Amino acid sequence: MTTATRTIGSASAREEDYLWTLNFGPQHPATHTTLRIVLKLDGERVVDAVPDIGYLHSGFEKLGEHLDYNQYVTVTDRMNYISPMANNVAWHHAVETLLGIELTPRCKYIRVLISELARISDHLLSTGAMGLDTGAFTFFLYAFYQREKIYDIFETLCGARFTNSYTRVGGVMHDITPLVVEKIRAFIKDFPKTLEDMEKLLNRNRIFVDRTTDVGVLTKEEAINRSCTGPIARASGVTRDVRKDQPYLGYEDFDFQVCCAKAGDCFARYYVRMAEMRESLKILAQAVENIPAGPANIGVDERTALPTKQQVYQTIEGTITHFELVMANRGFEVPCEEVYAANETGNGELGFYIAGDGSNVAYRARCRPPSFIHFAVFPHLIRGHTLSDLVAVLGSLNIIAAELDR
Amino acid sequence: MSTLSEVVAALKDRFAEVTDSEFRGQTRVVVQQSQCFDALSCLKNEYGFDMLVDVTCVDYLNFRDATDRFGLVYVLAGTESNLQLTVRVMLNEPDLTVPSVVPLWEGANWMEREVWDMFGIRFEGHPDLRRILLPEEFAAHPLRKDYPLQGRGERHNFPVLTRAEA
Repeated sequence: MTTATRTIGSASAREEDYLWTLNFGPQHPATHTTLRIVLKLDGERVVDAVPDIGYLHSGFEKLGEHLDYNQYVTVTDRMNYISPMANNVAWHHAVETLLGIELTPRCKYIRVLISELARISDHLLSTGAMGLDTGAFTFFLYAFYQREKIYDIFETLCGARFTNSYTRVGGVMHDITPLVVEKIRAFIKDFPKTLEDMEKLLNRNRIFVDRTTDVGVLTKEEAINRSCTGPIARASGVTRDVRKDQPYLGYEDFDFQVCCAKAGDCFARYYVRMAEMRESLKILAQAVENIPAGPANIGVDERTALPTKQQVYQTIEGTITHFELVMANRGFEVPCEEVYAANETGNGELGFYIAGDGSNVAYRARCRPPSFIHFAVFPHLIRGHTLSDLVAVLGSLNIIAAELDR
Repeated sequence: MSTLSEVVAALKDRFAEVTDSEFRGQTRVVVQQSQCFDALSCLKNEYGFDMLVDVTCVDYLNFRDATDRFGLVYVLAGTESNLQLTVRVMLNEPDLTVPSVVPLWEGANWMEREVWDMFGIRFEGHPDLRRILLPEEFAAHPLRKDYPLQGRGERHNFPVLTRAEA
């Protein structure tokens, strides 16, 4: 072994000589998904972080150019797979904006219900996993028990627990049933107690507060400049919320607050998510008691929503509409136009930029994934902090690799 | 606070050949390639479009009646004014270069890298224009319309490292 020619601390010592390079991921328990970060460390302090993504890239946007507007919903399930319902709603919201479809009031309320349940389930996972990474295992179990309840509701609603694919152009797969309403009511009744317990566990927990306060601070200006949305931006004091700013699905009818914090650190992001769950519960309670009567889907004569199986088998209009919509050379009347339509999902603004070319397959189906944009902020947040802060920052950003890489 | 129509009118005044259109309540403007950075910078600094929501691209290779090959799309929003505007820039081969907007919005960094990765549009002045989702050695730009869905055999000819070489 050759002896080092320089002494430690000498003027000739170049910076890179004493920096460590640490490879974090792509398989690491704290990344939760498949992503890789190459860290430059000075002792325990992170000097620089270079994210390396694309391990889960599966060409979702290319697939969007080959699957029709109803088929593609199954792919959106697999983007942010911790709140697939919200992705379904976001995709078909964009498609309906392109096609100029006005939903029935009942369908709007059903979609509000499932989006808010999806938001709660998203926040439960992100706060739960953040607790888990910083050592609060009980908190994680409390969160996951309630997520299980939401899965039960989704299972009763559409038969699938995880990849729901529940929405359709101009409507939903099945109308909501009284049993689902009952389960949602029970959830609204039970959940605040768990939420209270969860807050008691972490809000004043010395270890958790010390590990998250003043870690990964994002100022308001930076949050806007770096295109952050959702809880990440709101924890830094940006008041933007698509549900309030560009109301869709009749969100203007509901009474709820946009939750914001000013600190912009990991604790603020956790806190905003906890507060948002309470607001979502408020929306849920208002929606579930006021579901309008009437059909869930647009009528058969409009030729946009798929008719129910009963209509297909028992009426001639239903049969004709079904074949008109599913046959490869027929389908929807799509304008040769482009739209950008966004929804506020648990993670932030999930937008789709769709270009239609007259056929029933999108010419371009761009997804604006919040995780992708938030992960770009990560190196900026972690610089100067220690290696153990990395998991707290990563947890507070809620990076879902399937959405990150698509 | 100016309304969206005033912003569009002012933009048309300032930059020649800016065209605007509206569809489903969304206002879009098309800006010339040479003026795109100035127009975006003007929108950010003078009209309060402080957030870059999205940067993406559409390849109009097989699009009916399309005259240009690529349409680069910037979706802008104002967090104070709550306005939203889509700015499009039409690009044709061989000059697929536009100035990077990273000096204006830091958030454009990864979005522009993705457009470069998927469409091969070069952003001049970008601090770190590498591929982002695909591996460095990938040769094609897969979201172009002349790239097949099944790929061109990259998956089967992928370099395999053995344990001894690694």
